Amino acid sequence: MGRFLLKRFGLALITLFLLSVIAFSSAQLLPGNVGRNVLGGFATPQAVAIYNRQLGLDRPVYVQYGSWISHFARGDLGESLEYKVSVGSLLGPALVNSLKLAALAFLICVPLSILGGVTAALRQNRFTDRAITITSLSLTSIPEFVTAIVLIVIFGVALKWLPVTAQAPPGSGFFVQIKYLLLPAFALTLVLFGYIARMARAGTIEALDADYTRTAYLKGVGKTTVIRKHVLRNSLLPTIAVIATQTGYLIGGLVVIEKIFNYPGIGQRIYIAAQNKDFTMLESGVLVIGVVYLVATLIADILYSVLNPRVRLGGEAE
Amino acid sequence: MNAAAAAESSLQPPSEASVARHETLLALARSKTFVVGILIVGFWIFWVIAGSSLTPHDPLAQSPSVLARPFGHYWFGTDTLGRDVFSRVLAGARGVMTVAPLAMLLGVTGGTVLGLITGYYRGVVDEGISRVIDAFLALPLIVIAVTVITAVGQSTVTLVIVIGVVFMPLVARTVRAAVLAERDLDYVQAAKLRGEHAPYIMFVEILPNIMGPIIVEATVRLGYAIFAVAGLTFLGFGVQPPSPDWALQISENYSLLAGGSYWWTVLFPALAVASLIVGVNLIADGLRQVLDT
Repeated sequence: MGRFLLKRFGLALITLFLLSVIAFSSAQLLPGNVGRNVLGGFATPQAVAIYNRQLGLDRPVYVQYGSWISHFARGDLGESLEYKVSVGSLLGPALVNSLKLAALAFLICVPLSILGGVTAALRQNRFTDRAITITSLSLTSIPEFVTAIVLIVIFGVALKWLPVTAQAPPGSGFFVQIKYLLLPAFALTLVLFGYIARMARAGTIEALDADYTRTAYLKGVGKTTVIRKHVLRNSLLPTIAVIATQTGYLIGGLVVIEKIFNYPGIGQRIYIAAQNKDFTMLESGVLVIGVVYLVATLIADILYSVLNPRVRLGGEAE
Repeated sequence: MNAAAAAESSLQPPSEASVARHETLLALARSKTFVVGILIVGFWIFWVIAGSSLTPHDPLAQSPSVLARPFGHYWFGTDTLGRDVFSRVLAGARGVMTVAPLAMLLGVTGGTVLGLITGYYRGVVDEGISRVIDAFLALPLIVIAVTVITAVGQSTVTLVIVIGVVFMPLVARTVRAAVLAERDLDYVQAAKLRGEHAPYIMFVEILPNIMGPIIVEATVRLGYAIFAVAGLTFLGFGVQPPSPDWALQISENYSLLAGGSYWWTVLFPALAVASLIVGVNLIADGLRQVLDT
């Protein structure tokens, strides 16, 4: 188990490193001189040089990268070029907002899609299966902003059941907040539903065909017990692994969904930072997303290895 | 086409190969999924070529009847500038159908080369590249694209390169798996004994035999490329105005939804994007059923 987790953690670290390099080099490619851009055309060359020196922009690239990472690790995300306040103070609340939305989306999505996938597998090749498979395939492939639009038109405009923006009025209670988050969470859910349901279906079909399932039936174990104890335990493992890999996707989806519903999360922060060319905010935002991904993968891997005796008892996971 | 049949067909006279190709085409024509997909995508390709020359109105022409309701004189209504939504929907495929196939081609070409090399050589090269590929798989495409485009500036070329490069490792993984299944077969051994060079074996011997999985992967990637381009366009980093691109129409008009009306300015382009992507996926599904047997 230790070896498995170590390997997965190492992999996630490489991902994080790649992400940080992409974010950092993008910031380095910023057209023009930062000091000149901030101070304006009338500043003297000396003032620009002093400004750049204060920001540390006159140092070699790898030194700047090292200093950025080490400050980041200590919780210092730098100062926003646009708002002149610390990036942490802007990204912190935004991250909390995004996590609320993502948590709600997961809470709706995971049980729903596992149920869908398992149902499809149990009725393999019959109408229910075809319907679930085709629906999930289509939902997976349709961009989240398109599903969001359709949901808004149906539930927000036509039926008027749910608000079309995601942010509840300040001071709203817990349930009002949830009500405002339902539509965006549902839009995220629909895209993820396809992936998770397909994995759950494939896993269940494989477990249904397995020798141990046949043995259990031949032993005279009842159908519900076989499915609960033999089939589901084996089929849901790969599903958990897939849920973890979707975190990266979910975060990308947040950028789009938060814009549509005008929700002040980290996705919208990154979007606004990109529009304003606020590179300190952008690079730190991308790295925060990388860290969130790292943590999510690690949690899923721990869960996976706790549930899977083959990994728990020291073997390789595959 | 499985490996044994592929190896066999290369030993037979060429007429056998053309018979096999003919049978594959017949199987595709019998696949309902594939045919429906082809019809949908064909419809949009027709409109990509026809452009605004055949639409009932000029997609860019403004008129005084602003935000007219649909199903009247204007089938799909008009937008805030009085432009005909129906014409704009028909003409809206061109932007995304230029960028997405190019990005797919770049990703599939690069990924195939990468997959052939890693699968053929194995060992340290394979281990190293595979780890990097695994790490790449986790990167959120939209976030990366937004970051890179912000830095280097928006252009069609940037868009194609960013999406294509992110796709390369994904394609490489599929191709590598296919190469691993082929590399120990007799025809590869025979080529090695003949003293052929590694690039010859990879590209002339192995590549034609793994075209099935590559074609399926290319179709799937095209779907994802459309997805990505549409998402980026919606955010303002993709196709630029005044193109009647679908995602652009949605991005220009979705704020009207908050007022509780004018849904037609966004719903019809949204359904158009959805139909194109579903069509591509149906083709991919049909190809997979026929080619992977």
